[in-house]
Amino acid sequence: MNFDELFGHLGQHTVDGLAKGSIYALVALGYTLVYGVLKLINFAHSEVFMIGTFAVLGVWNLLGADGTQGVAMTLLLLAAGLLGGALASGATAVAVERVAYRRLRQLNAPPLIFLITAIGISMVLSETFGIWQGRLVVGMPTLIKQKVAFTIFGTEVTNTQLITIVAALVMMFALDQFINRTRYGRGVRAVAQNPDAAALMGVNKDRVIMLIFLLGGLLAGAAALLYSVRYGNTRFNVGFLLGLKAFTAAVLGGIGNLRGALLGGLLLGVVEVYAATLTQSNWEDVAAFVVLVVVLLFRPTGLLGESLGRARA
Amino acid sequence: MGLSAALLGMAACQDAGSDDTTDSAACGGKIAIFGAFTGPNAGLVIPSLNGAKLAVKQFNAANPDCKVTMQDFDTQGNADQATPIANQVAQDQSFTSVIGGHFSGESKATMATYDAAGLVMVSPSATAAELTTLGHKNFFRVVGNDDTQGEAAVTYIKNVLKGQKVFVIDDGQTYGVGIIDKVKAGLGATVAGSDKVQTDQQNFDATISKIKSAKADVIAYGGYTNEAAPLLKQARAAGVTAKFLGFDGLYDPGFPKGAGAAADGAVVTCPCLPAAEAGGTFSADFTKEYGEAPGSYGAEGYDGATILLEGYKAGKKTRAELQEWVRAYDKQGVSKYLKFAENGDVDKSKVVIWSYDITGGAFKPQQEIKLS
Amino acid sequence: MTETPNEGRLSGVSNFFAGVGNRWRGLPKWQRGIGFLAFVAFLYYLPLLGVPGLTWLRTDSIEGGNNWAGVLFTCAVYVLIALGLNVVIGLAGLLDLGYVGFFAIGAYAVAIFGSTQSPVVKSLQDKFDLAPEWAITWAICIPIAIALAMISGVILGWPTLRLRGDYLAIVTLGFGEIIRIVIRNSTNWSGGPAGIASIPGPQGAPSADNHIFGLIDAKPWYWLALSIVLLVVFLVRRLENSRVGRSWLAVREDEDAAAVMGVNPFKFKMWAFAIGAALGGLSGFLFASRQGFIEPNQFNANLSILFVAMVVVGGSGNMAGAALGAVLLAYLPERFRDFSEYRFLVFGLALVLVMLLRPQGLLPSKRRARELKDRQEEVAVGA
Repeated sequence: MNFDELFGHLGQHTVDGLAKGSIYALVALGYTLVYGVLKLINFAHSEVFMIGTFAVLGVWNLLGADGTQGVAMTLLLLAAGLLGGALASGATAVAVERVAYRRLRQLNAPPLIFLITAIGISMVLSETFGIWQGRLVVGMPTLIKQKVAFTIFGTEVTNTQLITIVAALVMMFALDQFINRTRYGRGVRAVAQNPDAAALMGVNKDRVIMLIFLLGGLLAGAAALLYSVRYGNTRFNVGFLLGLKAFTAAVLGGIGNLRGALLGGLLLGVVEVYAATLTQSNWEDVAAFVVLVVVLLFRPTGLLGESLGRARA
Repeated sequence: MGLSAALLGMAACQDAGSDDTTDSAACGGKIAIFGAFTGPNAGLVIPSLNGAKLAVKQFNAANPDCKVTMQDFDTQGNADQATPIANQVAQDQSFTSVIGGHFSGESKATMATYDAAGLVMVSPSATAAELTTLGHKNFFRVVGNDDTQGEAAVTYIKNVLKGQKVFVIDDGQTYGVGIIDKVKAGLGATVAGSDKVQTDQQNFDATISKIKSAKADVIAYGGYTNEAAPLLKQARAAGVTAKFLGFDGLYDPGFPKGAGAAADGAVVTCPCLPAAEAGGTFSADFTKEYGEAPGSYGAEGYDGATILLEGYKAGKKTRAELQEWVRAYDKQGVSKYLKFAENGDVDKSKVVIWSYDITGGAFKPQQEIKLS
Repeated sequence: MTETPNEGRLSGVSNFFAGVGNRWRGLPKWQRGIGFLAFVAFLYYLPLLGVPGLTWLRTDSIEGGNNWAGVLFTCAVYVLIALGLNVVIGLAGLLDLGYVGFFAIGAYAVAIFGSTQSPVVKSLQDKFDLAPEWAITWAICIPIAIALAMISGVILGWPTLRLRGDYLAIVTLGFGEIIRIVIRNSTNWSGGPAGIASIPGPQGAPSADNHIFGLIDAKPWYWLALSIVLLVVFLVRRLENSRVGRSWLAVREDEDAAAVMGVNPFKFKMWAFAIGAALGGLSGFLFASRQGFIEPNQFNANLSILFVAMVVVGGSGNMAGAALGAVLLAYLPERFRDFSEYRFLVFGLALVLVMLLRPQGLLPSKRRARELKDRQEEVAVGA
């Protein structure tokens, strides 16, 4: 146990963990939104994220990103990457809903059927990319040179970490406002609370469900951009582990709860970095799952409880 | 009643199956090659398969009267898939020799089966040191084992890189752990720190912090491209300037491609000769055939096949004869001089280990590392 | 039986299945008995399958095809897994995504205690001055494997079975990963990433002299596995129709109502979990003895997901269905090796299609099919 390293640079490790957790949180929102409304684990969401990373890469390659461009071009590339990633992920998420889940919803199939369908879909998507793009990591151009943005209490925060954390918080805030303040958001909350009553009150349930898949997909696309900027690599199975962690994060915070997803994601990121620092990096997954079990033991509905509009009994 | 009658009928008209097609031709035979030809690790193994295919193709073109066929069996790198394949090859008497396994796990899992069937195994790329200590006399490998490469790396770090503080990382897999343990033992006190990453890991912040805290000047990484490329990229982005040393698992065009500019200056050791040194036309032929340079183990696959092919050419036809042939083999190959020690390892004095550095996204042969 | 329009395109197939099923049940008892015996006999005959016209079924009928008996053995082990998981998912209604954990525990139990190359056996040899060939006998490893799996099932179930269904899914998934990672990262007792070789079978450590359960011929292994499967089918059938089985059903249908009627949901869930774990351990044990070598990579999370898919595709709640799912999912990728790179793409597509067109599974239990129909009608009324 390397306590010297952990406490010697505690601030550093915390910032690393928060930056890592921000990406978990953005992906976790997709799980939580769908779960909050449909009570179903959208296992295919991990591949929605994966497709986002390849879309970002495709857009950058198309525009000729090579890491040597100026500030204006960098901003343009970021914007284009965001657009491309979000559109691709959003479209994938909506398509998955249309192709697979809609029919199952009409049949009122039990959750297990959704789960297996989702697993089938994620196999199809990731295998398609595995065959098309190969099984090895695919490098991406380095868009933003990593630099120390500022130092606080001896902890260096780099520009990409700052961008990741701030962007995640901003998007989180925007989503929260959207769900809680707008007409569409009200529709989402209404369906989450009671689908039948919402339908009686004139809410178009299918449209609401499409909306949440779209929102989840857009956020996954945004996460894909941040991931590409910070890690600079992708792969056909990049979604599997990340999706697993993001789902864990969503459960940790209280699935169906937007703020819970943020809290769960950040907590998970920090726990993993701490654990990897204390021992070896290959124990971080164990630490993540142990924390999950312990939290669920004491708070069976996650840290903040389940709610997308209200606390569920 | 009808059913049981039908059953009896079935048993009566049992068809003999396909297991008695003993080749009566004067020369030639059938080779089985197994490995991860699909799945996530296929990229490491395909060059070897292609190398072997090339050798067979050239052989058959040159010897129309001595036809050798090679059948590939895909294991996806899983030991549990390799076992039934071993049963199949062992029971099909038309197979008289085996190339493989490509990974250590699948080799270890099937060695006993092939041994019991008297089949010789020539492995192009299973490098775990313990494979030749398990007492199976049928296993030979045309590649230096992890211990030899570990020793060479130690020499290289000491004499060329002049590392004072070495940070060692492995991926927790048999291959990576084997080499890194050897490196650690060889370097002793100059190891400043270590970490173990895991397959499919994506974020390496914790590892990078440890490297920084150790103030390392050399990083030695035992593992494969999928983790090494992102690790190196993220470490360089975070301002780590230590020299990066990898092993043959990274001698793969995918590594500089995945790590991009960060790979420049990285060094990889490999128990394989540079194309120019190897002589012959292997490298050019391979490039012509497949449109890309022979990556990891392309030459070893070619060598493995060549050893067996020459056996068939020399009129060896049975499993036992071929096993003896391989044991006595003594000739220059494409990847190295091929002669086997008692335990099946390629003769240690013949193992040639070279270092390659990466410039502009391509491997350039640097120098031969003399084992002290 | 009235058709709902939703049932759609596969109704021909389901009618066929239903027709066969009804006719089967209509037969006199002695004819059913003979039919069943003939089927069992056919299963034992399968590895020798050589009937002209049926040989295309064999996986070695294609170039580069896999050993037929070896694949049958894998199918049998998967059937055993599906039977165990079916107790957890199909009978008790608990979604377990970490079943591979129990499979791994069973496999490692025989490896760690039965192999002369395991670190544990070696240290025992040193400690008690035993011969280097000494290891715990295969037969004694059976109860060890089952007990260890069962105990870990209880340890996992105790805290988590109080959680709601979807939470259970992620916790069990985590459990499976923890088992694999811990085994991989600990070199001092589990062999670490290098795995453990020389795992014994019924005739002791693998060697060329074992003439029945040997290295080359997989047929006896298949027959052994098949016999165990048949035994387990018999036992689980007894269990299903017992008080425990009925309690599972009650808990699955309506936990609160069951509790009111005096069935303790937690206790019976725990039973399901423990029995499922024991069967998982048994299948892992069998798998490891035949393989002779295991390494932690073989027990990844994908495998857990595959296991769940077997049960659901086949028809959860029905042993025949779960078994059919297991056979198909183990057999098809082997028979269609020619697809090589595309195998798993096709596999995923097939999974989606089956679920969309026949959500109750290929061979659903009658009760489950009725439940699904109820749910559909609920929707029809609600909409």
